[in-house]
Amino acid sequence: MIEVKHLHKSFEDKAVLKDIDATFENGKTNLIIGQSGSGKTVLMKCIVGLLVPEKGELLYDGRNFLQMGKNEKKILRREMGMIFQSAALFDSMSVLDNVMFPLNMFSNDTLRERTKRAMFCLERVNLIEAKAKFPGEISGGMQKRVAIARAIALNPQYLFCDEPNSGLDPKTSLVIDDLIHDITQEYNMTTIINTHDMNSVMGIGEKVIYIYEGHKEWEGTKDDIFTSTNQRLNNFIFASDLLRKVKDVEVQNIEG
Amino acid sequence: MVKALRTVGKYIILMGRTFSRPERMRMFFRQYMKEMEQLGVNSIGIVLLISFFIGAVITIQIKLNIESPWMPRWTVGYVTREIMLLEFSSSIMCLILAGKVGSNIASELGSMRVTQQIDALEIMGINSANYLILPKIIAMVTAIPVLVTFSIFAGIIGAFFTCWFGGVMNAVDLEYGLQYMFVEWFIWAGIIKSLFFAFIIASVSAFFGYSVEGGSIEVGKASTDSVVCSSVLILFADLVLTKLLMG
Repeated sequence: MIEVKHLHKSFEDKAVLKDIDATFENGKTNLIIGQSGSGKTVLMKCIVGLLVPEKGELLYDGRNFLQMGKNEKKILRREMGMIFQSAALFDSMSVLDNVMFPLNMFSNDTLRERTKRAMFCLERVNLIEAKAKFPGEISGGMQKRVAIARAIALNPQYLFCDEPNSGLDPKTSLVIDDLIHDITQEYNMTTIINTHDMNSVMGIGEKVIYIYEGHKEWEGTKDDIFTSTNQRLNNFIFASDLLRKVKDVEVQNIEG
Repeated sequence: MVKALRTVGKYIILMGRTFSRPERMRMFFRQYMKEMEQLGVNSIGIVLLISFFIGAVITIQIKLNIESPWMPRWTVGYVTREIMLLEFSSSIMCLILAGKVGSNIASELGSMRVTQQIDALEIMGINSANYLILPKIIAMVTAIPVLVTFSIFAGIIGAFFTCWFGGVMNAVDLEYGLQYMFVEWFIWAGIIKSLFFAFIIASVSAFFGYSVEGGSIEVGKASTDSVVCSSVLILFADLVLTKLLMG
């Protein structure tokens, strides 16, 4: 479980995160949603330690990340996996080498064991056939799957996904969502997904946190969204006609 | 002035992070070998080519411009050797390498920064500066004496080429001049200077690439800035080192 308490972050006097309080639960897919520029990426970067907040607490299963020393942070980071918006694969390495990279850096296993583990992770994301290819030779969806395989190579406790469906077609997005959801349950991880893809929200939003102009506006599950009276949330989620119709049907189902 | 001091401060902090013990020695050596190939071995061709032609051109120019009945015939070989040993093969060659290698380092690291590959390393708990920059600096510093030596030889071969095939002067006179009053220390001075220049090229270019913020335009700008800054620093260091070593 990851707890964020009274988190503040600003850039040159402009407050980007204002007193954020949130709990991200274990074994669930926790979604951070919000409009572009609302501060959700900054929140994610603060949680993973790429940015340092001015105020607040950040607890990883009770361990205060912001008060940790360099070595403690280093050890905790080995329990983290991250999938970036751009996949962030190392383009000078093959797919297999990308997945093996964290194992090569931190595992004391033999080369055979490391290769076996990397192959297992690639098999988990159905990419065995692409192991010898380079990131530039595979599609965006495949790159995201490689990033997932790399993220789970060291059996992480915490998985972070920054807009994992960005640039993908709806069908591939569903594959990625399902994969992240299944892996979260399989490994009992605390997963945080940063997204503004409504399909992801409706599909895997076991816990949803809505950020509006740097503060937490709303919190609930994907089912709570349909009955929420929060106007800002409704304006954001049900911005399109299609989603408004979906809401009407869902509300009728709930009432019926 | 404040901005310049801030930049120097950031550079020193980055070097502090860079010069720490590598996480895994086997990964460090793998990176080191990769960089040796990319920065050192892949530069041999251009070093040989440029040095050969510059050696040939210097010989022709010296012959044409200082030819006089009052000057000994070995002067051309003597001057060609001194120029190649003392300045061209160390300083000028490093200025050329600042363009080739420096822009390569800055654009590679800049691209890694904007595509979040450096962030990915940091998230994994890897000291990205140490993992990415240290092998480049060590590879550059170890490759440069070899490149300087190759450059000296290629320049001298270029000089002989003008005698054998161009008929500019007698090869025996050139050879006598090349050997006349030879001081071994000049070779060492050139190599010592080049070690400093190699560090400047690798570390300054890495700093500009690693510090990129933004997109592809900023990567291009970082690449240009790294070449300009490395070149200016090489010229300044050349002045100081020449005074110290030859003083």
